[in-house]
Amino acid sequence: MAHGEGGVAVAEPAPARTAPPPQAATATYDDAIVRMFFAATVLWAVVGMLVGVTIALQLAFWPANLGIPYTTFGRLRPLHTNAVIFAFAGNVCFTGIYYSMQRLLKTRMYSDLLSRLHFWGWQLIIVLAAVTLPLGLTQAREYAELIWPVDLLVTVVWVIFAINFFGTLAIRKVRHMYVAIWFYMSFVITIAVLHIVNNLAIPATLTRSYPVYAGLTDALVQWWYGHNAVGFFLTTPFLGLMYYFLPRAAERPVYSYRLSIVHFWALVFLYIWAGPHHLLYSALPDWAQTLGMVFSIMLLAPSWGGMINGLMTLRGAWDRLRTDPILKFMVVAVSFYGMSTFEGPMMSIRAVNGLAHFTNWVIGHVHSGALGWVGMMSFGMLYWLAPRLWGQLARPKWATTHFWLATVGIVLYTVSMWAAGLMEGLMWRAVDDAGQLKYPNFTEIVGDLNPFYWLRFVGGTLYLIGVLMMAWNFVLTVRAARAAASAPAVSPAAA
Amino acid sequence: MSAQHENGPREHPHRKLERRFGLFAIVSTVAISIGGIVEITPMFSAKTGPQPLPGVTPYTALEVAGRDIYIREGCYLCHSQMVRPMRAELQRYGEWSRAGEYAYDRPFQLGSRRTGPDLMRVGGKYPDAWHFEHMRDPRSTSPGSIMPRYPWLLEHRYHAAAVYASVRALQKAGVPYMEVTPENVARSAAGQARAIVASLASMQIATEPDREIVALIAYLQRLGQDGKRALAARPAAGATP
Repeated sequence: MAHGEGGVAVAEPAPARTAPPPQAATATYDDAIVRMFFAATVLWAVVGMLVGVTIALQLAFWPANLGIPYTTFGRLRPLHTNAVIFAFAGNVCFTGIYYSMQRLLKTRMYSDLLSRLHFWGWQLIIVLAAVTLPLGLTQAREYAELIWPVDLLVTVVWVIFAINFFGTLAIRKVRHMYVAIWFYMSFVITIAVLHIVNNLAIPATLTRSYPVYAGLTDALVQWWYGHNAVGFFLTTPFLGLMYYFLPRAAERPVYSYRLSIVHFWALVFLYIWAGPHHLLYSALPDWAQTLGMVFSIMLLAPSWGGMINGLMTLRGAWDRLRTDPILKFMVVAVSFYGMSTFEGPMMSIRAVNGLAHFTNWVIGHVHSGALGWVGMMSFGMLYWLAPRLWGQLARPKWATTHFWLATVGIVLYTVSMWAAGLMEGLMWRAVDDAGQLKYPNFTEIVGDLNPFYWLRFVGGTLYLIGVLMMAWNFVLTVRAARAAASAPAVSPAAA
Repeated sequence: MSAQHENGPREHPHRKLERRFGLFAIVSTVAISIGGIVEITPMFSAKTGPQPLPGVTPYTALEVAGRDIYIREGCYLCHSQMVRPMRAELQRYGEWSRAGEYAYDRPFQLGSRRTGPDLMRVGGKYPDAWHFEHMRDPRSTSPGSIMPRYPWLLEHRYHAAAVYASVRALQKAGVPYMEVTPENVARSAAGQARAIVASLASMQIATEPDREIVALIAYLQRLGQDGKRALAARPAAGATP
């Protein structure tokens, strides 16, 4: 692996008013590692979303389970969630963090070796997940399904990342830490805490273990983890990316420094309390359920603080939305962030949760966050980075096509799942005049959902087609860059 | 570094924190720890945490084997085990779930999505033969179901050594099993399995005691049974004994 020939730093304009002023940079940044994470991101995006579309098809058309153990919904669904969260979104975060951190702190990463160990260790974890989950090797904890030996490997790789991260902070050339760094730091710290506490287990064999917690305690620990995996894997690092890449793409300083302080601390403090909203109406003690609900509702404020800071950064640059696909992606991403962080608190209200819980509404909610916020922000960042890492995009117009495919896809996805969720929630509870269940036969309700499952499949497929266009666009871009380079080729790292 | 020039004459107090990454990391760690500590630690206290409901006992060896299969196949991704205290749910599924019923559930299987119905009270609802046919072809017992077929459960065998490893690990985790030896585990599983095989035979279904389907049926038929019995034995709230 070549280390030295990463990009040479140029004095870039500071991304925001709170960031340090541009200096004559002398450091050589490690952009090879950024290219590696970039390539892995694109690969896993295709894989993770392809599995997603597959299991969407299985719900619309059950024979798509194929009649063999390894491809049933129950085994592929964890593969889908792990692939899109840890493989796609994880590699997005690392791509953006390794790129922006070096520039914000005007230093190369602490250790090239640790960077590579982090990269290959993380990809190894993903490959192990892709092998074990279809084999049915699982801890049965949502988004923490990986078996205990892989969990240990995750811990080791995370420590490597943390040493590299804090080491870079220690050798930084800029004293002040820009707001993006705060969000990255909360990501590094909190994921470590969540991962370790939630995965404490007694091994039975090399592939099977049982948690040290039992029953509702286990459920509470798991949903404390599960909800904060959303909070600290899919929200805070992406807010960090927003704070770096949105101002860069818009060429405007961040709207409010004060707002970023207030919403950062409020967000990281409040988020961790919200887990019990996944257990409303369970036999979890009422006080815990109520705490979960109350803190979830309060979360609306810091979440919208982030949205406002993102959207208002575009003041004076709104006209560029018409022509710039990168800003289109980012603005729609921040809008979906605002929408799903309104929807989440609303669904945490006990009475609303009584209708929404266990239904497809939750699936719709998750995907408005995942496809809308995480996906669109990632695509915007990747399209912004590609020319800076390789050169001119091979097919610039495809980015706009990708944007519209993704947007229409999300709309079909979320609307169909909202409708399906409301319908099944209402049918489950419907009673006739005599107080008897109106739809006592569960499969009757299942059958009525079928058109919505097909519509969701179409939406997901459109979204995937957009991602495939993006991937091909990047392949062409890298090829063109390689052809143009007369110097020894810079390895963009096969993932 | 002229933060003061950027932000007017007086420096924002937060600026100091922004220059000290160690302190920033410590303050962040405290901020993200409080909620979890406040919510989770009371669950471990005998006073405020969930306690086993009297009458609820740990799963048998064969049921543990069946539960391992339930987990392996990801059943929890489409079936909940949590009846909520709502009129329609009581009518559809039965008694709502009590905290003490889950005392021996490791990992918990409450689920988060009902693509299929809740299974908390499925134990005893159908005969063993129904489950056998349902796993072979869900549409044979439930027309309109979208559940995959699980024909391999009828073929694959579970292994006594693996069941012993599971029961032993559960005991180490704190489940009150006594005299866990490979022989005891094998004997217990075989005894329960033979009874299920006999009940299937009475419905003209031939299988063997060490097939995975037998263990899974044992687990499914156990679900919610202890709790149902324990709750039925209790005097109704407000009633004078």
